[in-house]
Amino acid sequence: MWDYTEKVKDHFLNPRNVGEIENPDGAGEVGSLACGDALRLSFKLDEQKKIKEAKFKTFGCASAIASSSALTEIIKGMTLEEAEKVTNQDIANYLGGLPEEKMHCSVMGREALESAIANYRGQKVVKEDFEIVCKCFGVTDREIIKAIRENDLKTVEQVTYYTKAGGGCAQCHPKIEAIIEQVRKEMEKEGLRPKPEKRKLTNIQKIKLIEETLGREIVPALKADGGDIDLIDVDGSKVYVALRGKCSFCPSSEFTLKQYVESKLKEFVSDDLVVEEVKP
Amino acid sequence: MAPEVLEAMLPYFSEFYGNPSSMHFFGGQVQKKINEAREKVADFLGAEPSEIVFTSCGTESDNAAIFGTLDSYPEKRHFITSRVEHPAVMNVSSYLNRKGYRTTEIAVDREGRLDLDDLKEAITDNTAIVSIMYANNETGVIFPIEEIGQIVKSSGIPFHTDAVQAAGKIPLNMKKSTVDTLSISGHKLHAPKGIGILYIRKGTKFSPFMIGGHQEKGRRGGTENVPYIIGIGKACELAKKHLEDENTKVRALRDYLESKILEKIPNTLVNGDSKSRLPNTVSVSFEYVEGESILLLLSDLGICASSGSACTSGSLEPSHVLRAMGVPFTAAHGSIRFSLSIYNTKEEMDYIIEHLPPIIQRLRDISPFWKDYLKSQGKK
Repeated sequence: MWDYTEKVKDHFLNPRNVGEIENPDGAGEVGSLACGDALRLSFKLDEQKKIKEAKFKTFGCASAIASSSALTEIIKGMTLEEAEKVTNQDIANYLGGLPEEKMHCSVMGREALESAIANYRGQKVVKEDFEIVCKCFGVTDREIIKAIRENDLKTVEQVTYYTKAGGGCAQCHPKIEAIIEQVRKEMEKEGLRPKPEKRKLTNIQKIKLIEETLGREIVPALKADGGDIDLIDVDGSKVYVALRGKCSFCPSSEFTLKQYVESKLKEFVSDDLVVEEVKP
Repeated sequence: MAPEVLEAMLPYFSEFYGNPSSMHFFGGQVQKKINEAREKVADFLGAEPSEIVFTSCGTESDNAAIFGTLDSYPEKRHFITSRVEHPAVMNVSSYLNRKGYRTTEIAVDREGRLDLDDLKEAITDNTAIVSIMYANNETGVIFPIEEIGQIVKSSGIPFHTDAVQAAGKIPLNMKKSTVDTLSISGHKLHAPKGIGILYIRKGTKFSPFMIGGHQEKGRRGGTENVPYIIGIGKACELAKKHLEDENTKVRALRDYLESKILEKIPNTLVNGDSKSRLPNTVSVSFEYVEGESILLLLSDLGICASSGSACTSGSLEPSHVLRAMGVPFTAAHGSIRFSLSIYNTKEEMDYIIEHLPPIIQRLRDISPFWKDYLKSQGKK
């Protein structure tokens, strides 16, 4: 028996927004009977172009039904631009987490949303444009690459948990392995770290991340101008730094701190950080 | 577990803790009780006590039978089994394949029946052992073991059968059988989990799988699990007594449950040959819904069933048994199985019959394919 959270059980036993909207603004469907799960999503917009109503019908296991129900709750009230940014991780987080083997249920939610938005815009997500890697479950390279990038996947097993690819005859395993290797190389090159997780950082994690960010994003640029920066202390959301070298007497140091250092720390560490300068 | 079994076992956790292999009187007392348990098992199987080996579970019995035979015929490198075996045999087959053996897995038809002509064709001089289950654990389909045995033995090849599912449900008589080795698991006989039996016919070549002391006449090393051996002895005694009930009372309950499910829930199919099936098992598939969801909703009502669907196990495909049978994909994911016993009642069946139809309806109302299906049928 799976270890489902109370939230998953609740959304399975009392699914929200079951049904199909008549004359929807957008509708999408992913999965199939043969694959063992499928999700049909439809939505309607209000005058402000926000999602007024979202409904689903799902064939699948408890976590597939719960993920669909969660998806409709999440996107209600969102603009399509906001809805587009919803990731499978957001769906899993909303449910208090899913067993890793069941993450493909959350990915199915995200894909249905993508397909419904494309339908509204008159586009079509054409599977034929992409190579089908897993023939058993009809999973394309595009879907696999997306799941690897969004969820920082490292193994074939994980790719199967998230996309189902490779869960059948296993003939595509070498191909998936090659895709993982290539995508991870690209991610490294782009300096793309896995999406920062939204959970709260511990103090130690926060300080480490601040140090890393200073070292990677800020110090090289300051050094190029003959300056430097030292981290003195971190107290809650306040980051105390001291400017060194040329920076310490640079007339635009205030500007450097606020516009440059603080904005970088907000981007990479936490958006509530405030930088204070410690004068020698 | 049967209460009588527990009662029989308890003293062997406290009063009688002697090691049966010890020379002193304290161990001797226990040895006597083990002999009695062995006699009960032999009586249940129509076998000689010396042909009974106690193991830790059905899986060990299967592994010991197969590897113990292969080891005795090291020059033969071909293994034959079926496509619908329990993982304890199926995964041994793929292991052997990786180790360089040739393996043949005989197919089944839509009803889950073996094609015996395929078996005849598969047998070669190089075949070391044939292992075919007595009855399938998911569908309850019984294979014609004696007919298969005739074919296998006429070629002089050792024959093993996994009878874990069949024991206690249908009569077994080793004296009149062609089977060389046979596996049984305790928990299917209302003995505890963690004890199994391997029957080895007198005169069968066999190398021990568990290598160790002289226990079980050197055929299975390791200190005897005394309370559990006593337990399975008692369980076999009870199983012999209850065999008739299984085939009258339990069969009637199963048939009642099955017919009511088919009557009350449209688009439902029963999996497996109804003419040759264990009396206690029913495997049903409900189209357009998924098995795990059914099981969780049943479990919420205190009804325990199991599933042939993918999602319960973490695998993504329906069970290998249903796939081998070619159950249509509209139904394969929505399969569940009820296993009944002499401890079930008609009231319990009525409880299931009352609650199952609304559960299926509820899931079909959520399923996008049900409405499509109704539309295609021209209904509202």
